Amino acid sequence: MLRYVVRRLLQLIPTLLGLSLILFIWLHRLPGGPETAILGERGTPESRAQLRHDLGLDQPLWIQYGRFMRRMLTGDLGVSISTHRPVVTEFAERFPGTVELTVSALLLAIGLGIPLGYLAARRRGSMVDHGSVAGSLLGVCVPIFVLAYLVKEVFAVKLGWFPAAGRQDVTIDATRVTNFYILDGILTGEWDAAADALKHLVLPAVTLATIPLAIIVRMTRASVLEVLGEDYVRTAQAKGLTENTVRRRHVMRNALLPVVTTIGLLTGGLLSGAVLTETVYAFTGIGQFIAESIDHRDYPVLMGFIMFIAIIYVTVNLLVDLSYGLIDPRVRVR
Amino acid sequence: MTEPTPMLTPEGQPAASPDLEPPPLQAPEVRTRGWQALTPRGRKQRLDRLAELAAVHADEKGRSLWAEAFRRLRRNPAAVIGAVILLLFVLVALIGPFFVPYSPTSTEWADQVKEGQNIIPGPSAEHWFGLDHNGRDEFSRVIVGARQTLLVGVVATTLGLTVGCLIGGLAGAAYGLGGRRGRQIDNFMMRIIDMLLAMPSLLLAVSVAALLGPSLITVMIAVGVISVPVFARLLRGSMISQAHAEYVTAATALGVRRGKVAIGHVLPNSLAPVLVQATLTLATAIIEAAALSFLGLGNPDPAVPEWGVMLTDALTRLEVAPRLTVYPAIGIIITAFGFTLLGEAMRESLDPKLRR
Repeated sequence: MLRYVVRRLLQLIPTLLGLSLILFIWLHRLPGGPETAILGERGTPESRAQLRHDLGLDQPLWIQYGRFMRRMLTGDLGVSISTHRPVVTEFAERFPGTVELTVSALLLAIGLGIPLGYLAARRRGSMVDHGSVAGSLLGVCVPIFVLAYLVKEVFAVKLGWFPAAGRQDVTIDATRVTNFYILDGILTGEWDAAADALKHLVLPAVTLATIPLAIIVRMTRASVLEVLGEDYVRTAQAKGLTENTVRRRHVMRNALLPVVTTIGLLTGGLLSGAVLTETVYAFTGIGQFIAESIDHRDYPVLMGFIMFIAIIYVTVNLLVDLSYGLIDPRVRVR
Repeated sequence: MTEPTPMLTPEGQPAASPDLEPPPLQAPEVRTRGWQALTPRGRKQRLDRLAELAAVHADEKGRSLWAEAFRRLRRNPAAVIGAVILLLFVLVALIGPFFVPYSPTSTEWADQVKEGQNIIPGPSAEHWFGLDHNGRDEFSRVIVGARQTLLVGVVATTLGLTVGCLIGGLAGAAYGLGGRRGRQIDNFMMRIIDMLLAMPSLLLAVSVAALLGPSLITVMIAVGVISVPVFARLLRGSMISQAHAEYVTAATALGVRRGKVAIGHVLPNSLAPVLVQATLTLATAIIEAAALSFLGLGNPDPAVPEWGVMLTDALTRLEVAPRLTVYPAIGIIITAFGFTLLGEAMRESLDPKLRR
């Protein structure tokens, strides 16, 4: 097991190195080079030359790449052009919001999707089955930003049940500990702050949950259908086990394996969806910041964030692969 | 030859035929030696015989496999609905623009639109879908926009399909047929693909779009790049699983060159999942292109109507004229739904496990 983990971690190195190289080249390919990205179009030739020297741009490329890598490794991602603050600081403030959003969306999708998928498979051909299949097919076809706008319009603007924008009401003066707003509220005992943050989270989370939900329902359904046809399920039923026991011990244990893998692959879709959802709800997470950075052509931010998200993405997938060993004894042997 | 059940690896078909001797020995090295021991004349005869068999075999097998899949597809209501939606969409996209009542870019009626007072005239006999925020005929824009949307989807998918299949096909052939060296090549190529996969799709598209600067071509390339790793992985996996099929062993044993085995035997048998994926990718390509427009990385040319751009413009005016959102949104959703339905039905009809 340990050898496997180490091997997988080593395999990540060339992937991430290659990615950093691409990003490095990308920065150098930008029109006008990095100095334009920092100074904007206004810089005088002298200030440009000075900056080029300061940044070490007059040195050979491989030395520059070495420096770039050293900065990356020490966690220095540069300074945002639009907010003039270190990218890392921006990141630390906004990342918890995205985690709150994506994790709650994923939990919603899992909590609803797996039972629904099981039910659809169990009652194959019924209304539940047809409904959930058609719904999940249609679900992936609705652009998420359209759905976000519609949900916001109905539940926030027209009905007024939930706030339309932000992560927390600006009038609430909450103490920040971890920047996870709900957790902060609980930790400091400011219950109204936690409740308000939760209220702000509902609509974005429900919106974002639709993408993984559609996929989880379909995966679970297909997987359960396959397992239901297995001999061991028939044996379990034949020896008189209750449906609950058969489901818990024989069907779900086996059927959930491919679903777990899918959940790892969903992280990418969730992060993409978070960019769009956060933008619509003005939810201050990294997604919204990325969308703003695109608008401002804030290259240091974009670059740092892409690198960071890639690291998160590969890490999550590694964790999923490892958890596979925990739930499937057959994988453990290798 | 009896009609085989379709969609199986054509196990042992040449060997099962009475005219062809099964390979006399099991171990591959020995088999090679046995092959080299053949006289040139014997070799030629055997090759001719194989070509003959392969021709008949490929013909019958190919037709029956695809015909069978098509027959199942026709009986599947989901496939029929999907196909009808797509047919309508393609028709509208191809010939619709010739029949639109007005130019999609004409702002002739701009004086009727008063955005300050939240007035955007709705549907009338003259303008079926009303006017948009710039006083252009919305109906004409929706119809012409269909063509643009189809164009972006098809070009992006073709791009991803071509590049992805090139990489995946090479890697798959190298891994399956190239021995140790081949596996090294495959490993190298897959690390590159992993890099692409390490980025969430939309962010990958965003990086590409930001790098190239906003334009129509950029959108196509950015959306196409997303699907490159998908197609590459899929074709590679499919080819590797075919590499150990007995028809490959048979062809190799009879001296067909490795390159020819890969292109002529393994590749055609591995393409089915790729075609299914291409259909599904068309749906996501249309949605991703809309998302890029929403993030301001779409086609910057306001003269060309495109559903994603129209949608983005309309969403900020949801309060004033919700219908402007509804038309392009329904267009995108229904088109994507059509491709998804057809793709899923194709997957089902080609998958022997799901056959009822």
